[in-house]
Amino acid sequence: MQICRVVGTVVSTQKNKKLEGAKLMLVQPLTLEDTPRGTTLLAIDSVGAGIGDKVLVVIEGKAAGDALGKKAAAVDAAIIGIIDAVEVGA
Amino acid sequence: MQLARVLGEVVSTMKDPSLTGLKMLILQPLAASGEATGRALVALDSVGAGVGEHVFFVRGREAAFPFYPAEPPADATVIGIVDHWDLE
Repeated sequence: MQICRVVGTVVSTQKNKKLEGAKLMLVQPLTLEDTPRGTTLLAIDSVGAGIGDKVLVVIEGKAAGDALGKKAAAVDAAIIGIIDAVEVGA
Repeated sequence: MQLARVLGEVVSTMKDPSLTGLKMLILQPLAASGEATGRALVALDSVGAGVGEHVFFVRGREAAFPFYPAEPPADATVIGIVDHWDLE
């Protein structure tokens, strides 16, 4: 799983049937120091995250499909938690 | 998944039989800013996307799922056409 920040939302009318009703968010992966790392990804939201939230994202198909609650859905990333705090030992 | 812009199409006659009738698109992945990021790639199309459109695509094993029960040997498939995206 990766720590990301929600930076946007995506609207799509014409899409794969299994994605109907799914909320699509743009997420930016972060380092432990909260700096952006790599490119922005699209993830299905299953927890009600909003723009600006720091979230936990699975980047794996089976896990993302489970989060969406649909079998064999064509998704590869999902938001599965909103992060309250991250503590890193000294 | 990732945002991308459709740059073009690929035509192939001699190919895996399970790819017959499927459209192949050349995609340029995009960052949230709309700028190109990373290398262009070829993806299957499951939604009827065309050149110039903004789309999003899935990578990995899940790229074959939109064509169920067929299982084409794909590692990337366009699964939606983007109407618009909004940033914070």
